[in-house]
Amino acid sequence: MLYGLTVICAFLLAGELLSRLAGVPVPGAVLGMLLFTGWTMWRKDIEPRVARVGAGLLRYLPLLFVPAGVGLIELGPRLAQEGVAMIAVLVLSTAITLGVTALTLQWLLRRRSRG
Amino acid sequence: MVDPAAHWHEATGWLRAYPGLWLVVTGAVFLLADKLFRAGGRFALLNPVLLSILALIAILHGFGVSYADYFAGAQMIHLLLGPATVALAMPLYLNLHHVRAWLVPLTLALAVGCVVGMVSALALGQLFGLSPATLLSFAPKSVTTPIAMALAAHQGGIPALTANVVILTGVLGAVAGLPLMRWLKVDDPMVQGFALGVAAHGIGTARALQESETAGAFGGLAMGLNAVLTSLLLPLILAFWPGL
Repeated sequence: MLYGLTVICAFLLAGELLSRLAGVPVPGAVLGMLLFTGWTMWRKDIEPRVARVGAGLLRYLPLLFVPAGVGLIELGPRLAQEGVAMIAVLVLSTAITLGVTALTLQWLLRRRSRG
Repeated sequence: MVDPAAHWHEATGWLRAYPGLWLVVTGAVFLLADKLFRAGGRFALLNPVLLSILALIAILHGFGVSYADYFAGAQMIHLLLGPATVALAMPLYLNLHHVRAWLVPLTLALAVGCVVGMVSALALGQLFGLSPATLLSFAPKSVTTPIAMALAAHQGGIPALTANVVILTGVLGAVAGLPLMRWLKVDDPMVQGFALGVAAHGIGTARALQESETAGAFGGLAMGLNAVLTSLLLPLILAFWPGL
């Protein structure tokens, strides 16, 4: 388990370092994900010892957002001022973004499979 | 003879200061919420992230604990977000053949989703009369927290508000995303995952991953690409946006 965690964290550090050195507006973790993808493409498989740890982390991915999510507790005062409008904007905008993206991609894929 | 009340007080005082306390409570609350979600047939409103956040906020309020004290313990869980994001490379690698085959549709859908995400937040925000600083904090809401906060700070928004808004967007997407897409007759797990990643970043991706590995792979991919594209396009859109 330590081996897998070390490899994954090494990619994370490499991503963070690259993000700062290159000055690109991409989070280090996302760059780490791309570097890790490149490594598996080069190897043509995922090393089992790393895969076990990765699967364990992904299994609990929703949990990892909870500590940041509890930060909503500090939204209280602002909610009192603009709360209803803020929630309305968020709900509508998120639903529109989801719906439009999903329908666009589905339409493009269907058009392609027909043509 | 030890006074039991004082003894209890001393012990709970130690417990309150012990950093592992909130780690354990967060884990236990999430496990319970996840159990409830599964027992309830994955009913959208029983989303474990939503339930856990609400329960923990209630607990902190009940015991008068500040968020800073809570986070000091729970940040060990938060720190695992980095390695978990890197691990999203695994489902992505297993689905690379799909990505290669559908490169053009995926790119177009990403561009559309990215622009719609920002423009809908700005337009609706103005319609509902949000203040300019709030509006700027809302614009990058669909991308992963570190990028969204940096963008908000750079454009004159409020990074702390953006952090909250990003989380709310993710939870909304995770809760309502799949029911909404089923209603729109979008059933392809790849399309569902991609849309969740574009609109609701990591929390949407986590929800997609609960459905299938393919959906999760496209969520992770969409989340990463949308972070890049939003960083590039937001300054442009704001430069030409009327009334800002």
